[in-house]
Amino acid sequence: MIELTELTIKKAHDDLVRGRYSVLELAEAYLAEIEKKNKRLNSYLEVFADVREQAQEADKKIKAGKAGILTGIPFAIKDNILIKGRHVGAASKILEGYIAPYDATAVAKLKDAGVIFLGRVNCDEFAMGGSTENSAYGVTRNPHDESRVAGGSSGGSAVAVAADLALAALGSDTGGSVRLPASFCGVVGFKPTYGAVSRSGLIAYGSSLDCIGPIAKTADDAGIIFDCIAGKDSMDATFVELSVTNHSLSTSPKIGIPRSFLKEGIDKEVLDNFNETLGKMKKAGAEIIEVELPTLQYALAVYYIIAPAEASANLARYDGVRFGPRREGDSLMGDYIATRALFGTEVRRRILLGTFVLSSGYYDAYYEKACAARQAIYVDFARVFEKADIIAMPTSSAPAWKIGAKVSPLESYLADIFTVTANLAGIPAVSIPSGKTANGLPLGIQLLAPAGDDRRLLHYANTFSQS
Amino acid sequence: MISREEIQKLALLARIPVTDEEAAGYARDMEEIVRYVAQVQKIPEVTNALEGTEQRREMRADGEPHEGGIYTDALLSAAPEKENGFVKVKKIL
Repeated sequence: MIELTELTIKKAHDDLVRGRYSVLELAEAYLAEIEKKNKRLNSYLEVFADVREQAQEADKKIKAGKAGILTGIPFAIKDNILIKGRHVGAASKILEGYIAPYDATAVAKLKDAGVIFLGRVNCDEFAMGGSTENSAYGVTRNPHDESRVAGGSSGGSAVAVAADLALAALGSDTGGSVRLPASFCGVVGFKPTYGAVSRSGLIAYGSSLDCIGPIAKTADDAGIIFDCIAGKDSMDATFVELSVTNHSLSTSPKIGIPRSFLKEGIDKEVLDNFNETLGKMKKAGAEIIEVELPTLQYALAVYYIIAPAEASANLARYDGVRFGPRREGDSLMGDYIATRALFGTEVRRRILLGTFVLSSGYYDAYYEKACAARQAIYVDFARVFEKADIIAMPTSSAPAWKIGAKVSPLESYLADIFTVTANLAGIPAVSIPSGKTANGLPLGIQLLAPAGDDRRLLHYANTFSQS
Repeated sequence: MISREEIQKLALLARIPVTDEEAAGYARDMEEIVRYVAQVQKIPEVTNALEGTEQRREMRADGEPHEGGIYTDALLSAAPEKENGFVKVKKIL
């Protein structure tokens, strides 16, 4: 009997190389949990049929003494990241039956490291949402309270890790989609610097914002995965050089708090927990300083112009010509329109919104202004990082909400208020668990660092997780 | 005010089918969202915008193309309708 709840990548690796159990036994343990829980939680959309074969291959590698730290580690992969020869659908009917013709670069790197792919997991359709309620294949439930959402859009990935249905997972983060579900489910979610991990093989949503990121039990584990998947790739022109490992690590880092942004609209329990967590960080040696980020209040508006604009262009490719199903109309135009009826309501809404902000007469007032405002956000962060090593904020203004509780789209969008800024600024951000509400719902704190400082950020996240 | 007609026009541009009933709902949602995002117009513009904060793009030089046709089968296998190595669609003209 393998104790999955306390397991980390480091510990599993240690156990595997010492022969305490085999990869096959470890994989079987996860398959048994999936069998037991997935029907209710709806994390996996598909469990791969060849998990045992993959495990046997990894066992051979370990026996031959060729095991790396990730060899035999069981992963769940978000349904918008391509694994060659397997179904992938961005949780959308418009990609039903689509089989990936190549590996995402991040997946190819994990394959080389010898990980086990358990299956593909649920998300909001095309990663558009913060609760996984927008999946065409049903909502993913929060293991801490099944009447509540798991967060999103990488809800399936966070639930897989939180409910011991996988030891680690890949998600993607365009406006908080790795960090928000991680905080709702009590696990670690890391969004790297934009461009640090190749986007090749990630189904595009907002190309200037999209990042693949790990969800794991600890910041250490997230770092192990990041080290594997990061790096320059000729398939992605946007690449950022990372700072040298462990450069200028401080034992008393300065943590900047944008206090004036944390006054309104935050759940009291969240704010109390945040302040308590800052107190613990202070005890652990951090210096807490107040910082001003005046553009922060506009970030959500900027995001909900830029992301839909990019989405409306990216999703033009789903027209029933080159991939996915085709619905017949009475002409080529009729085919397009009939096929694109397969998009869900939220995806259609964002395509319409993107089309609106890019259309003549509105472009200058919305899209162009948003791009200028994004520059102001860059400058704002650059100024603050001259004084602070990292910035801390709650990951979400409230814990996981009841399924179906958010009625208007704008209300759902507001849940991203603390997470979208990191995507707009292209900087790394990590959500780590910071405790629970009185009702037992997990809460998270988010730490942000300058672009390229991913490893330093994870180092601090790891230090503070233990305090 | 975003009208139902405007939604239908956007929907046609985006090749998305919207019924009259849906158009009313989308018009209401969009009105609320657009009113919210309009606050971007209030942000003062920065003058030193790009200083040290630009997104870096690394372009590679053209050259060394892969052998023609080596990916054709893999990519074409995903197409809903094809003929003689081409995707097939209804008459364009």
